[in-house]
Amino acid sequence: MSGQVGKIVRIAGPVVVADGMTGAQMYELARVGEEKLVGEIIRIEGDKATVQVYEETSGLRPGDPVERTGKPLSVELGPGIIGQIYDGIQRPLTSAAELVGAFFTRGIAIPPLDRNKKWSFKPKVKAGDKVVEGDVLGEVPETPLLIHKILVPPGVNGKVKHVAKEGDYKVADEIAVIETAEGEVSLPMYQTWPVRKPRPYKRKLPPTTPLITGQRIIDTFFPMAKGGQGAIPGGFGTGKTVMLHTIAQWADTHVVVYVGCGERGNEMAEVLERFPKLKDPRSGRPLMERTVLIANTSNMPIAAREASIYTGITICEYFRDMGYDVALQADSTSRWAEALREISGRLEEMPGEEGYPAYLGSRLSEFYERAGRVEVLGSEPRIGSVSVVGAVSPPGGDFSEPVTQNTLRIIKVFWGLDKALAERRHFPAINWLTSYSLYWETLEEWFRKNVSEEWPELRAKAMELLQREEELQEIVRLVGPDALSDAQRAILEAARMIREDYLMQSAYHPIDSYCSPQKSYHMLRVIIKFYERMKAAVDRGIPIKDIINLPVIEEIARMKLATIDDAPKVCTEIEKHIDEAFERLYASARRVAVA
Amino acid sequence: MSAPVVAGKEYSTVKEIAGPLLFVERTSGIAYGEVVKVKTPAGEERTGQVLEVGEGFAVVQVFEGTSGLDVSSTVVRFAGETLRFPVSMDIMGRIFDGSGKPIDGGPEVIPEDEWDIHGAPINPYSRAYPSEFIQTGLSAIDGMNTLVRGQKLPLFSGSGLPHNMVAAQIARQAKVPGKEEEFAVVFAAMGITSDEARFFREDFEKRGAMDKVVMFVNLADDPAIERLITPRLALTSAEFLAFEYDMHVLVILTDMTNYAEALREISAAREEVPGRRGYPGYMYTDLATIYERAGRIHGKKGSVTQMPILTMPHDDITHPVPDLTGYITEGQIYLERGLHMRGIYPPINVLPSLSRLMNEGIGKGKTREDHRQVADQLYYAYAEGRSLRELVAVVGEEALTDRDRQYLEFADRYEREFVNQGPYEDRDIETTLDLGWELLASLPEGELKRIDPAFIEKYHPKYRGKTAAKSSG
Repeated sequence: MSGQVGKIVRIAGPVVVADGMTGAQMYELARVGEEKLVGEIIRIEGDKATVQVYEETSGLRPGDPVERTGKPLSVELGPGIIGQIYDGIQRPLTSAAELVGAFFTRGIAIPPLDRNKKWSFKPKVKAGDKVVEGDVLGEVPETPLLIHKILVPPGVNGKVKHVAKEGDYKVADEIAVIETAEGEVSLPMYQTWPVRKPRPYKRKLPPTTPLITGQRIIDTFFPMAKGGQGAIPGGFGTGKTVMLHTIAQWADTHVVVYVGCGERGNEMAEVLERFPKLKDPRSGRPLMERTVLIANTSNMPIAAREASIYTGITICEYFRDMGYDVALQADSTSRWAEALREISGRLEEMPGEEGYPAYLGSRLSEFYERAGRVEVLGSEPRIGSVSVVGAVSPPGGDFSEPVTQNTLRIIKVFWGLDKALAERRHFPAINWLTSYSLYWETLEEWFRKNVSEEWPELRAKAMELLQREEELQEIVRLVGPDALSDAQRAILEAARMIREDYLMQSAYHPIDSYCSPQKSYHMLRVIIKFYERMKAAVDRGIPIKDIINLPVIEEIARMKLATIDDAPKVCTEIEKHIDEAFERLYASARRVAVA
Repeated sequence: MSAPVVAGKEYSTVKEIAGPLLFVERTSGIAYGEVVKVKTPAGEERTGQVLEVGEGFAVVQVFEGTSGLDVSSTVVRFAGETLRFPVSMDIMGRIFDGSGKPIDGGPEVIPEDEWDIHGAPINPYSRAYPSEFIQTGLSAIDGMNTLVRGQKLPLFSGSGLPHNMVAAQIARQAKVPGKEEEFAVVFAAMGITSDEARFFREDFEKRGAMDKVVMFVNLADDPAIERLITPRLALTSAEFLAFEYDMHVLVILTDMTNYAEALREISAAREEVPGRRGYPGYMYTDLATIYERAGRIHGKKGSVTQMPILTMPHDDITHPVPDLTGYITEGQIYLERGLHMRGIYPPINVLPSLSRLMNEGIGKGKTREDHRQVADQLYYAYAEGRSLRELVAVVGEEALTDRDRQYLEFADRYEREFVNQGPYEDRDIETTLDLGWELLASLPEGELKRIDPAFIEKYHPKYRGKTAAKSSG
């Protein structure tokens, strides 16, 4: 099948039509023109095939050859992925820079995995063992943070005829031979997998563990689950990218795949600059040792942008199959949808809403459905998960547009970003009244066990205060603050504390950027305690203006700067000060009454 | 465009002319994207580019417009190569039209090289993250939304607002404190009036900086389609100066709204499915191929910093042009009509303004250790003051508490003393931050929650006076 050549009859932007392509298959990889640009067949009519080309097409001419490869667009999976930065079709940008310099030109052909690097391999099976797809043949310590497990690829079952001895091997070296019903299969250390096809697993499981992000507003009110799907829509400047970077930094997963899809080049440079310096809060190792970056910036070829999220999620599934928890951040799915729209337009398909193709919704759900907590293939039961968070960039910040709406139909966690909060420099600018997490019910048990029995109650009280504040603000806007009673003002003061002293969190502060659930619990306890004492005091006739001038409020404002280790002590101390402050208020009120 | 004369293929088989597009028949061997020279019946030569090509046909967009062309005697010559611009150090101090022909009466530029005007994307791995503070001398920018080298920071403006004055002032004053380095300004005008173009030219000449400036000028009465290549010529020049000659280049592109309209015109002529407000669905990607041509590269000394200017139709920030721009650029400086009406210059509303790269460019050793926190506190206080203004408009000032009145007063002073400054007033960063402190000192100290107590002790005018007195006494 492969090696057959057709010729170009039409070129319009990234879309090329070729004839003489009889026998071509949908999504087959093609090489276009003399420079053998990478493309993918996306439509077939008679002997004509339409190819979306992943590189700049200027200079191509009708009559130029289009060569079929017989293979779908695939990624290479094996040691050497971690710490890499790839473009949308898995070309390593590090090697590209060495090869052609700072500007990315076309026609670059570099294998995704370094063919010359040696990895130390330790077998986990021996000759004669029975293995099934997904079993671990051996281990490679890829980075100090990650043991890369070499798996039997899907579809291969049989008896181990030969396995390599412990030692150093290149990714393409044969490390095992399996005798299967169909004959012997030689396995190198890496495998390939078509990006548009989800990797198989045994069964899906419900998510029961939270994905801890270290962000108070998320972990407290709108928690994400390991294996969950979430979206973070917001207009420009509301902090989507900072939020995704923060999650990539602190997510308590084994592997993080960050897909920069049609976004800024400097943002990828920032990740590359910061992540090797940032330390994983649990192991103290550089974060780059568990991170994979896919960068197809906005000015790189648009068809490769369309492919980038599939490349990313396939890599996630591969690590999931080793039994790891993996998190993917896609910034931004709107840019991906725009690539879909542009290609659809060039194909002259009938447009749906706002020019997006009618299949936008189904493509989005296919992508998000590749997330999940699963029992992976293999003879021993193992569990892995892929969690996906996608940024959405709605035009004009208007959430009614098709990409946001189609995304909302699929995802379970919605972190809605708010321009008004961003303008007040309240970050993370997640709106607490419109956001939601459908995972709370299933995760509540985990929080009770691992944080505190009291946690769900504190959380509910805090949320109620925020809701009440919104209603009271409405009154203030209409008739002014004078109309409020002292009890109502106490609610406003407590809600202000929750907003400013709890929800606001600096992504750049060395201590505040990560907050463990335990620290969050202690902080929230302090605020709720203050509110309850304040409420009781107001009921007993203490004027609110005396309370809001208490110096202990200052201490509460600064508690977020206590380290994770100090926080419990600091917070208990503050609780003591709160009690003392209110006792003093009562005492002086009694003195006044006596006098 | 002075692309060299190449013996190419000539056709006189124009079948149809629609808007800026020519449909040419019976072609063969034409490359997608190649340059086209169109000879009009009157003998004039125009430049175009192949937009779509198939067996036996090609679609050509003509940058200088199609007026005067006919189907019978128009001759189309395909040059066999893509659009290139002759680059050379000699472009410094020169003025070109929107398609790169010299219009200052000087000689043709002798090229050192010819560069594809579409450039190539910078490999994200090769990018050096921008972190060098540029002092513009404007408090609202330096203090609140700091610009750094290699950033793309647009001015979001409206018709009748003084964005040109602001841009000219930035071009005049921008410097990295403590460093004397080779700098250049590349200026691209798209569809602006000849008055506006003259304003910039005179401003450059007045301070004797014209030899550091390269100008590309497409005026309001020049062909609209030419605007599609003007910014690309400018950026090609900028990249050449920055990455071949180690210069720090500031690129001013004005007005990007006119550029977007030219894009819409081409899209409509091609009968493409329109996106929002008739702009093509690929406008985001197209704008990105312009804006992303800013930055720094590992191992190279020079940098390209962009300051595009755009006028928001009806001052609407959700209009597709500012909206898509904001999604690509690293922040925006927002000019507000209300402030302009009250006589504040520059009329920068800092609340919707943003510089995404600020954090890397400020702080100890770059500006001052207290910078971030002072900016945060000023933001908070000003936002508070502005929302109280709205409240006063509804319920009157009587309903306010003392604290509220202090914030109201703060917001007024902030606009009049901090944002407001003269068009020739160049404030250094120390002055800007001290001014910020002076205003913050009008609030009770307990309100300064976003500032580290150690900084308050060190920089608050109250204590500064004390320590100064102590050390002198």
